[in-house]
This record gives sequence, structure tokens and C-alpha cells, in this order.
Amino acid sequence: MDARTPPPELPEIGPRTNSLDILAHGKAQAARRGFDRTFIVDVDSHIGESGNWPEVLKYIENDATREAAFTFGGGTGQGAFLNDIPGLQWQSAHGRIPHGSGLKEPAPDGLPKPVSLARRAMDALSLDYQVFFPNGLLFLGMHPVREMEVELATAYNRWIVEEVLPHEPRMKAMLYLPFNVPDAAEAMVKRFIGAPGVVGFLVTSTRYQAVHANEYMRTYAMLEEAGMPIGFHAHHNWHNEYTKQLNRFISMHALSFVLSNLVHLTNWVINGLPERFPKLKTIWIESGLAWVPFLMQRLDHEYLMRRSEAPLLKRLPSEYMREMFYTSQPMEAQNMKLLEGTFEAINAETQLLYASDWPHWDFDVPSTIFDLPFLSDTGRRNILGYNAARLFNLEVPARYGQMAAE
Amino acid sequence: MKDVFVGLDAEIPEGGRKVVVAEGVEIGVFRVDGGLLAWRNECPHQGGPVCQGRIMPGVEERLDGERKSLGIHYKAGSLVVVCPWHGYEFDIHTGAHEGLSSIRLAPHPVSVRNGEVFVGIRG
Ligand code: FES
Repeated sequence: MDARTPPPELPEIGPRTNSLDILAHGKAQAARRGFDRTFIVDVDSHIGESGNWPEVLKYIENDATREAAFTFGGGTGQGAFLNDIPGLQWQSAHGRIPHGSGLKEPAPDGLPKPVSLARRAMDALSLDYQVFFPNGLLFLGMHPVREMEVELATAYNRWIVEEVLPHEPRMKAMLYLPFNVPDAAEAMVKRFIGAPGVVGFLVTSTRYQAVHANEYMRTYAMLEEAGMPIGFHAHHNWHNEYTKQLNRFISMHALSFVLSNLVHLTNWVINGLPERFPKLKTIWIESGLAWVPFLMQRLDHEYLMRRSEAPLLKRLPSEYMREMFYTSQPMEAQNMKLLEGTFEAINAETQLLYASDWPHWDFDVPSTIFDLPFLSDTGRRNILGYNAARLFNLEVPARYGQMAAE
Repeated sequence: MKDVFVGLDAEIPEGGRKVVVAEGVEIGVFRVDGGLLAWRNECPHQGGPVCQGRIMPGVEERLDGERKSLGIHYKAGSLVVVCPWHGYEFDIHTGAHEGLSSIRLAPHPVSVRNGEVFVGIRG
């Protein structure tokens, strides 16, 4: 190189940087590791709704609510009826992690923005499929107006099925179940089951509803019969009496994402739901992994002493838990020995699903799984893609050849 | 080791930086306290573009004489670069993570000759 020609320069990454540039190192990692020969499914990513919320509102089926929605946001409908709780705006660590406050990059006209952004992420991270869930709905289970959960969830599910999924076959959705109104949850399954691109249904875990309530049994039976998984997606909750004591976002975030799923999974197992619905597949999403061996040990320990309180169980709680599915992110990887033990405890090679959580602040790139020193080649490939392909019935592109063995 | 020209000394202001791709290697050159330091643009966490993150002071929690907290404040004289992927903060002077000094950025030699800045890259 001519000593006087400066080399190409890379700019600071900010809130409006294109995600292809933010994730350029992800693309380089993919090239170095040969991800073009690796089938990868991202089981949990997110779409921001800020730009699209007015489009979603057009799908509200009650005309009075729909019209009322457009009195919000100075007549634009932006943010209408959403019940964001304190915390979401803290994700960027006060501007230190620019994408943590949402992707603000421009996207071309003519396509819903979530499709353009998903394509960029899939391109950068070398993903074959991406399952997504909207940010704004993560809190909806805490909405003070019970019916609003149903109205907004219906609108959102319709928007996804009618306006988003048809554009991009690599995008897949787990639709929102308005779980605070059991009849509505059941109706939602009936209405959308079989819709192209819908691979499951999802309960946002931040809510105060016991998953074993008898009102949910018909919904579970329908999902089981259809071979559709149910996911429980954790989120934070700074309003809980316990979490209110935590004065830093780090503390609340670390505990809160686990707390809701600890409660729901405990109810799920102790009330014998795996015995009642043996073919219903459950996925525990975005609580990380370290909590699972904790809960396995805790429940096994007490089950042996108080079996009379869990008479539907025929095996140890941990044995049922080893048959459930877990998403990998945010994977606690500071202690490899403990992580390896966790993988063994949860049968990760067949039960773990890679998830990026992009574009949230604590996302994981696929190399976090690919580079783990203790995985077998089959296990690595299963976790990155084939476990998800089996669970969601996804077609594996022919170029990848044979599916990794179970 | 090969010396690669990255730009003019005058281009990098105090508290500023220039991130370049030199011979296929991404390197950030930072100016702190008048001197230049160069770090590889690859975060030891998940490989993110650390040198392209925000430059800002690190923070400290201050206590009074009774060890009561006086809150979190910017630390005088400190300057960190924050990896934009997940927020790991590195002291620009030392390249060490603010919370665990064993996590470090990879250094590159940097030199100035006749107003021109060069970084050393292993050939
Ligand atoms: S890659 Fe830099 S903080 Fe994660």
C-alpha cells in the first residue's frame, strides 16, 4: 500500500447505524466458521413496533377501540394502548449500547420494516430461519384492562399473519396467546392454527396467572393435538413486590427474567401437566440456562419428601424437565465447567435451541454455541438448527444434506 | 512486524479516535492525555466492534465517611470505550475491562513520524 494512502475507516456505531454494519463482525465470524455449511435457526428474535404500530391498530376488530386508538400519539396512534413498564428504556445502558434502544436505521419503502430488518440480521448472522416476537407485547400480560390484551393481541397476530409473514418465508412466528382471558386464548389457537409461517403459540411470562388453572386445559389439548409447541417467554417486571427492592436495572433484569419462568415451570411440573399432555412440547424462552439445574435439584429434593402434593408425577421433576425445550440466550458462559454441567443436565444436545434475541442489548451471536469446546459435532448442529427444525417442522434446505442424528 | 500508515497525527483529537482496516486488520487508534494508543477492534467477549463504540468517562460509586452511598458519578480522568454489542467497558489507557482486568483488548504498537501515524501489524 502507498504509505500516503490512508486505509478505509470505520465509523462510530450509533443509534441509526445499519444493522448490517453493527453486525459486520458477525458476518466475518460466519465466514471464518463456514456457516454457509451450517444450518442455523434463531428461535427468538424481536421486532420493534414503533414504526408499525399504527398499521397494527388498523387490525383492531372493535371499531370503537380502533377509532379511539388514533386519538393517541397526537393523532398518529403511536404507542396507543400499550402498557410499557419502566425498564424497557434502560436496555441501552443509558446510551452505551445503541441498538438497546431499538433499531432506528432507515429501511427501504415498500416492505414492512420488520421484514427489512430481519433480512439484514439473517444475512449478517447467517441464519436460515428466524422466529420473531414483537417487543411491545412482552408486557401485555400486565395490561390493567384485561380485554385490551385480547384486542391488541388479535390485531397483532392478524398483522403478522397477513402483512409480515407473506413477504419472507424465512421469518416464522409464535403468535401471542391472550392468556389472562382463557376463552380468548383458546379462540386464538383455533383461529390461527395452520396459518402459513405460524410455528407455535407463546405466553408472555410476565403476568400473574397460574398455568395449571383448569380453564387452560382445552387450549393445551388443542395445541397438543395440532403438534404445536407452547412457549413461555420471560421478560422483566420491576413492579413485583420483590423486584421493587432492587435499585439497579442489572439486578432487576438478572432476577426478573428468571423469576416468572421459575414460577410457571414449577406449576407446570408439580401439577403434572407433562403427564396430562405428554405430547405437548414446551419451550422456556429467554431466561438463560443456569436457573434450570437449580430448579431441577430443588424440585427433586422436595418431591421425594412431599410426593403427596404432586401425585400426578410418575418420575422425578427433573426427568420431565429434561424433555422440555430451552432457548439458549442469554447464555451464562463465564464458567465453562458449570455451563457444561448445565448442558448435560438439560440434555442440551437434543433440547436446546439457539436464540439470538437480536436486537436486544444482551443478544448472542451463533458463534457462542459453535465455539463451545465440549459439544459433539452432532450436538452443535442440533442446537444451532436441527432441534428447532424438528420442533417446528421446518424444511431444511437441501444443501445441508442429512439432518443431524437425534 | 509491519508498520502501516493510518493517517495524520492532527486528525485524531484529544479523547477521539480513528478506526481503520489496515491490511485486513481492524484497529482503533485513540488519543488520551496527548498520547496515542492502538487497540484491535475485536472485543474479547463475543468479538464485537469494540473500538467503534462510545467514548466516555467510566463511573464510580462514591461513599461518604460513614460508607453511605452518594450515588454513581463519572470518575475524574477516566476514559473508556464501550463495546456497542453488549456494553463491555475498557479503559482506553490500559485496554483492561473496567470490572475484570484480566479481560483485555489486544494492543498494537503505534508510532508517529513526521506527523504521520503508523500502527504495527504482524506480517
Ligand atoms: S462483544 Fe463486546 S461486549 Fe459483547
